[in-house]
Amino acid sequence: MPKDGGIGASSKRREDVRFLTGTGNYTDDINLRGQAYVHFLRSDVAHGRLSKVDTTEAEGMPGVVRVFTGADFEGVGGLPCGWQVTDRFGEVMQEPAHPVLAQGKVRHVGDPIAAVVAETREQARDAAEAIVLDIEELPAVVDMKAALKDGAPKVHDDLTSNLCYDWGFVEENKAAVDEAFEKAAHVTSLELVNNRLIANPMEPRVAVGDFNRSTGDSTLYTTSQNPHVIRLLMGAFVLGIPEHKLRVVAPDVGGGFGSKIYHYAEEAFCTFAAKALNRPVKWTSTRGEAFMSDAHGRDHVTKIELALDADNNFTALRTDTHANMGAYLSTFAPCVPTWLHGTLMAGNYKTPLIYVNVKAVFTNTVPVDAYRGAGRPEATYQLERVIDKAARELGVDPITLRRQNFITEFPYATPVAVEYDTGDYHATMDKLEEIADIKGFAARRAESEKRGKLRGLGVNCYIEACGIAPSNLVGQLGARAGLYESATVRVNATGGLTVMTGSHSHGQGHETTFAQVIAEMIGIDADQVDIVHGDTARVPMGMGTYGSRSLAVGGSAMVRATEKIINKARKIAAHLMEASEGDIELKDGQFTVAGTDKSVAWGDVTLAAYVPHNYPLDDIEPGLEETAFYDPANFTYPAGAYAAEVEVDPETGRVTIERFAAADDFGNVVNPMIVDGQVHGGLAQGIGQALLEGCAYDENGQLLTGSYMDYAMPRADDVPFFAVDHSCQTPCTHNPLGVKGCGEAGAIGSPPAVVNAVVDALRSGGSNITHIDMPLSPSRVWQAMQG
Amino acid sequence: MPEISMTVNGKPAKGHIEGRTLLVDFIRENLGLTGTHVGCDTSQCGACVVHVDGRAVKACTIFAAEAEGAEVKTIEGMAEPDGTMHPIQAAFQDHHGLQCGFCTPGMVMSAAALLAENPTPTEAEIRAYLEGNICRCTGYHNIVKAIMAASGQDVSRIAAE
Repeated sequence: MPKDGGIGASSKRREDVRFLTGTGNYTDDINLRGQAYVHFLRSDVAHGRLSKVDTTEAEGMPGVVRVFTGADFEGVGGLPCGWQVTDRFGEVMQEPAHPVLAQGKVRHVGDPIAAVVAETREQARDAAEAIVLDIEELPAVVDMKAALKDGAPKVHDDLTSNLCYDWGFVEENKAAVDEAFEKAAHVTSLELVNNRLIANPMEPRVAVGDFNRSTGDSTLYTTSQNPHVIRLLMGAFVLGIPEHKLRVVAPDVGGGFGSKIYHYAEEAFCTFAAKALNRPVKWTSTRGEAFMSDAHGRDHVTKIELALDADNNFTALRTDTHANMGAYLSTFAPCVPTWLHGTLMAGNYKTPLIYVNVKAVFTNTVPVDAYRGAGRPEATYQLERVIDKAARELGVDPITLRRQNFITEFPYATPVAVEYDTGDYHATMDKLEEIADIKGFAARRAESEKRGKLRGLGVNCYIEACGIAPSNLVGQLGARAGLYESATVRVNATGGLTVMTGSHSHGQGHETTFAQVIAEMIGIDADQVDIVHGDTARVPMGMGTYGSRSLAVGGSAMVRATEKIINKARKIAAHLMEASEGDIELKDGQFTVAGTDKSVAWGDVTLAAYVPHNYPLDDIEPGLEETAFYDPANFTYPAGAYAAEVEVDPETGRVTIERFAAADDFGNVVNPMIVDGQVHGGLAQGIGQALLEGCAYDENGQLLTGSYMDYAMPRADDVPFFAVDHSCQTPCTHNPLGVKGCGEAGAIGSPPAVVNAVVDALRSGGSNITHIDMPLSPSRVWQAMQG
Repeated sequence: MPEISMTVNGKPAKGHIEGRTLLVDFIRENLGLTGTHVGCDTSQCGACVVHVDGRAVKACTIFAAEAEGAEVKTIEGMAEPDGTMHPIQAAFQDHHGLQCGFCTPGMVMSAAALLAENPTPTEAEIRAYLEGNICRCTGYHNIVKAIMAASGQDVSRIAAE
């Protein structure tokens, strides 16, 4: 039984009260004295040569302060890319410039061309309509394979083609993989699309730039998952502001799902313009702008082949993927289809030989980057779909085929460069069979059939690599950043703690869970611990929150800093009790001397640290504040098994999710209530991808899904109650909390379960269908049923 | 610019606005009540739901001038003056019905309107009623559960929270 407020307790979230009473502090709630408002004029064509931006009339409009164009940014750096991929021939990727405002060309619908700063938001918008553009529209490239053909229009004139890179992994294994396919008893192949998605956190992006002329300090308030990263990227690479003169604040942030990791043009603009105009400048994205300027996700087109021997053992896997980069390289875009995708292709299975080829392609579309799961959902989807197809072709039960090929011994070095530290895939599958009531499926199918509905069951496994990431490893792979995390633990004289973490919370509940960890370590009430995040002026350094890394990496930094605190406090306690340091024990907030009844309370020790009248000043300094940086030794590997049960209406093709079960192994769990919530949210996003969501462009590069009227977000009646379980726990072996991360699992594991279930349902109705591409809209399903 | 006046959370409120000013902008910008959020521009997401004369209204979808003389209630008006949360707010916290918090004010205001007209809604009725409120974080599981709990129903048999 966990202690109240400690590790393992479902503590209620302390951040909830402000969110529930309307007193949160989101970026759009920040209004600075004298602020002006910016409206961006964006390209309404996908590809064009921009010869003139006439701002004369706009500048004379009421309230207009100044109109900026690309010419104002000629001496300013472009938006940088944080990852450089080296291709299969040893060449580095093609990396185009990404200006803050368009220079010479526009490359996607939504590309910002000019920025009007005015006294009010409405005046800025009105004046933008008076800007006259001279754009020669050029043929757009939208389809990736067409973009790679000879003579295709080039998105970037100065690059040799629209190919960003052609990546092979593991290139040295290619011949062996091909040979294994030659010898295979059975080969299953499948071509599929991982549909393009838009993250759609409910809070649109906002940026407020400020400049203090007397100190020369710039401040940016922004909707970011990693304010320190923005400070570094924007300060060092775009605007040339040293970090000590630039503060970035990401206050309450209304969801991110990856889309708020990246450094965006609007942030750089507001910071730049605040200095140029010597007054605060604010931008609030509309949802319409978000659709055409937030980084999109997924968008892979893949052919996958699985080779099996005569005993149904997987012998080799080969994939060929085209990955859309969009018009520019967003901050982490190049690593998503490579190192976050290729390295996961082993999945939960002991396939000895794997070769992954990825061609990353520039198109006249919004840049594509990491979205919840980032590369791992794409890997899981293709692998779990091809295994399901293989099971049908071979006439074996899909669960049995998976179990037969499970990795069972750990640590396990995959043929795709990663080493899984722990796991128990049979245990999560056993748990899934129980909570999904797989045995009861036949009866439920019969009942559905009585009502004229087709019922299907889809099962799959997943594994992900979280806790991103060991800096020395990712450095070799092309990362231009370290991926450690930092924490500073400040103990106040009266015993309360202020903990500054570089992780950022935008829905994950860190203020609650991180406090639980520290309260448990010291044995004090969690209310004595405050968690501070999201402000570069208060937190020394941080790499932020993405890749399910906050607890595994940020939490580990916090544990290390707290260990330093406890070690120092133990010295003080030893001095106060005139005992040997080695005999001091800390339990329930009391330091005791082993084997005696001597004790001194936590608060007495902390007071002594700041009022050092009786203090070992010869040995240690006064004060009680420690910082730790934690760089993980390996990724963490959460894994699990999911089951979807669907009904298909054969009259309309409409799919409903009747039951969904998820059995996850996240290692140790700090707050089970919050972990369940993370899984629920991920499942809804994965089900959204499978059934509803699909970003669509027409052949001219016009965004067809530019609002919630066209882009189908999952609503409350699109999903059922979920059965989730994380009682199978194989703790991570290399971080101090034994945690693995839970934020992305639901979105990674659920799409293949849904598609497997729909295929199963249709086949139960006599169809011989083997695949339908997501989203499985009624029209797609109905058409597939027509044969 | 014309002046409008209304009652907001029991207190008189007035301000000068443009004809095109939306109620949500009047609430957020003129009155500084920033708990009401704007999540879209097509009246789909419901982050801006407030009560106007007791009815749930998307404040991005009516002009401020249309609320002239009305009784408006926002999320800031839901808790007791001493800070005690409304039972729906408390249920959202008890059942982890919110994560990032951005859609939450609209969810709570919609839930309050639902329970006013249907004191013990079924799961299906709650899900149907929330058609106009989008949440990207929770998968709705704990929101539906919280609303059921707030209406006095036993939610202990619903899968794990």
